[in-house]
Amino acid sequence: MNFIDNPRKLRGFEKHIRVEKVSRRSILKGLGVTGGFVLAAPVMSRQALAYETGAGKMPHGVVIDPRVFVSVAPDGIVTIVGHRSEMGTGVRTSLPLIVAEEMEADWSKVKVQQAHGDEVKFGNQDTDGSRSTRHYLIPMRQIGASARTMLEQAAAKRWKVPATEVKAVNHEVVHSASGRKLGFGELAADAAKESVPAIEGLKLKDPRDFRYLGKGQIGIVDLHDITTGKARYGADVRLPGMKYAAIARPPVTGGKLVKFEPDEALKVPGVEKVMQVQGWPWPSKFQPLGGVAVIARNTGAAIKGRDALKLTWDDGPNGKYESAAYRKELEEASRKPGLVLRQEGDADAALKGADKVIVGEYYIPHLAHVSMEPPVAVADVKGDKAEIWAPVQSPGGTREDVAKTLGIPEANVTVNVTLLGGGFGRKSKCDFALEAALLSKELGAPVKVQWTREDDIHNGFLHTVSVERIEAGLDKSGKVVAWRHRSVAPSIASTFAAGTVHQAPFEIGMGLVDMPFEIANISCENPEAAAHTRIGWFRSVSNIPRAFAVQSMVGEIAQATGRDQKETLLALIGSPRIVKPAVKDLWNYGEPFDSYPIDTARLRKVVELVAEKGEWGRQVPKGHGLGIAVHRSFVSYIATIVEVAVDEKGKLTVPRVDTAIDCGTYVNPERIASQIEGAAIMGLSIAKYGEITFKDGKVQQKNFDDFQVVRMDDSPVVTNVYIVPPGPDTPPSGVGEPGVPPLAPALINAIFAATGKRIRSLPIGKQLEA
Amino acid sequence: MIKVKINGQEQSWDGDPDLPLLWFLRDEAGLTGTKFGCGQALCGACTVIIDKQAVRACITSVNDVAGREVTTIEGLHPSGDHPVQKAWRQVNVPQCGFCQAGQIMQAAALLMDNPKPSHDQIREAMAGNICRCGCYQRIENAVHLASTGV
Repeated sequence: MNFIDNPRKLRGFEKHIRVEKVSRRSILKGLGVTGGFVLAAPVMSRQALAYETGAGKMPHGVVIDPRVFVSVAPDGIVTIVGHRSEMGTGVRTSLPLIVAEEMEADWSKVKVQQAHGDEVKFGNQDTDGSRSTRHYLIPMRQIGASARTMLEQAAAKRWKVPATEVKAVNHEVVHSASGRKLGFGELAADAAKESVPAIEGLKLKDPRDFRYLGKGQIGIVDLHDITTGKARYGADVRLPGMKYAAIARPPVTGGKLVKFEPDEALKVPGVEKVMQVQGWPWPSKFQPLGGVAVIARNTGAAIKGRDALKLTWDDGPNGKYESAAYRKELEEASRKPGLVLRQEGDADAALKGADKVIVGEYYIPHLAHVSMEPPVAVADVKGDKAEIWAPVQSPGGTREDVAKTLGIPEANVTVNVTLLGGGFGRKSKCDFALEAALLSKELGAPVKVQWTREDDIHNGFLHTVSVERIEAGLDKSGKVVAWRHRSVAPSIASTFAAGTVHQAPFEIGMGLVDMPFEIANISCENPEAAAHTRIGWFRSVSNIPRAFAVQSMVGEIAQATGRDQKETLLALIGSPRIVKPAVKDLWNYGEPFDSYPIDTARLRKVVELVAEKGEWGRQVPKGHGLGIAVHRSFVSYIATIVEVAVDEKGKLTVPRVDTAIDCGTYVNPERIASQIEGAAIMGLSIAKYGEITFKDGKVQQKNFDDFQVVRMDDSPVVTNVYIVPPGPDTPPSGVGEPGVPPLAPALINAIFAATGKRIRSLPIGKQLEA
Repeated sequence: MIKVKINGQEQSWDGDPDLPLLWFLRDEAGLTGTKFGCGQALCGACTVIIDKQAVRACITSVNDVAGREVTTIEGLHPSGDHPVQKAWRQVNVPQCGFCQAGQIMQAAALLMDNPKPSHDQIREAMAGNICRCGCYQRIENAVHLASTGV
């Protein structure tokens, strides 16, 4: 803990800290861990940790060290480091709030400091997978408890009383027997001399004493800055002598520049230079595509110059990629057996012997993230040193990639994380920062690379495109006795390795092989599909097509049997139990199955809660309909009811959405509500409008006119969110992503209820007008 | 030489008169509160107020605003306490926050024109401003709150 009372004294503290490091290391050695402060979560004692998470298995694991995350100034201001990226989830507030809670800091005297990218120092910083709270709730509590203990020990020594007689309460340490009190600021210098307590002996607060956690009364730390225009995003970084760049990139993935004519670009006022940008062959992870950069005195001139370039490209192997033809390929593949991933009973025989077989072939096209802030980065490369300012979800990974790309040591790269104007998985890929680094190196000046919206849509890392084919066999009573699900989609792994044709474990584990229904005969298969563009994580990832298919099929089964949707759903989920799919090395969002099982009691509970609060079965006006869907993703359980209204012309509106979420132990219910409200909008955007198509290898959409998203006038009129109160010691689970998947199928089921039309292909587009 | 008044301060520009006001504000005048989202007046992230009207700075040239008065998010209220800004904080509107300057300027312009907008009027007036995080319900509530007194 850097208790900084005077900057000049800092050296002395560092010396002291070094001594501490030795003693800590010996503790770690005792537990069989080497490598300094990287603590794997599983070594933590059960006293402090009622459950295990996958945090320790993430690159660089978890660092539980108050000296890294907390400092107390003599004026009492407590600075807490936020080491995850803020893209709208509230994590920059929530994690420091956990530390403040546990150390008894007064939130009004806390400042949050954004960590730069350094995973050795801070532990894993990869902000995706809806992991931050579930991996860091306990570590942040331990960090706060360590800091509190050190402050208490310092006060006890000053008063010469046993440490057990003092207690930290709201930014002071109190000795109640004598009525003495000392503020955190007054104790800062002494507390810094205390040794960091062993994690195993830490006493965490009784949750009944929480002032902040679970209450939802703390606004995000950036609220005032956001509403006054002061909040700093990637594009808002300005450096002396900085140049502005816009880049023309190959329009087809894997394409190459043949030649370019810079003359017209150079005529644009404000344009200073035209230069080539190094590109990497496809696939090469997050490396830049290459192209031609126009350097100017401002962004407007750079974009105008870029648009004036005359360019000739060689489109390469993906020049014939065409969406309608590719869809046929996927559909045909889905009608033949594929790689079997989960097999229970004999689905083939059971389908043959079924009284009725319902077949659904569901299609979801490519999607673009279109975060409101298009990709942007500033780089300043001088000699063998590089400094980056960028809105990146993975600052540690960015640091690594910048070092590799420039051929300099990682220690020479500083990655400053700005606020992210939305991320949704796009900003897990740092190609834009690498472009800035390459240009700055060549220019010898700081440079900002700004992507336009067209760039963002044309050269992104798109959500995959998929056909999900489900066959459900019913017996005479209407009970589902067979289930075959074939999922065909190009994999994200294709962005890392050429020739990838099968889905990766982390994709098949998202709603395909973890399907929770109680059915005797199950087959989950993955036929081959090759990628023809860059595929990447998009908020909720493969759960989007899987939940759409599985929950639409539930609606179809209800429709075929004439039963209520909710009752059909509960019958399929079956008895309260732990589902253990017959799958080798089942991927469970990186979490140990024991802490995060597939629990149908929790699945049932969110269905029942949303049905009760959302008034399932209520009378709705003519032309309206209700639909329901449930899905477990990111180890959370979410159920949604959508009410739709479809008029005579086929115009679709959404009067009401109700969602129930069970995300285990939670930190900030107010931010959970905002995530789920937003997820409903994103789910609705996907269902109504979301489609990126290719022709001649090129994306056909360009901006918000032809890649539409939901606007306020077609957003749900009311969205209600209900949070399941956690049981004692229920581990925290994901919030950022799981809200999206159930929306589309609930909507589609509602449309069927309203109109009798079953939509199996997204987006809805004009299908209701026919 | 083009002269423009921005947040009460006179600024001059002798570069490309066709330069979009957005880039003049952000890169030349250093007022980065106004955001770039689409460049085609499709998303509203760059909304500023000119003569009590909400205007998209990305398709407005510096020349178009010569001699006029431009208000950006930085100039909406000296301490950031315009009723719309206060309402935004009270309702906890933002998620990522990137579109919010544009949303706030649009809402402020709406309330100048129509101090008591209805539910439908709010939804219609704000429909040009995209929020990808999906804060619409809260935006609507905040506009309503600002119109009824914060």
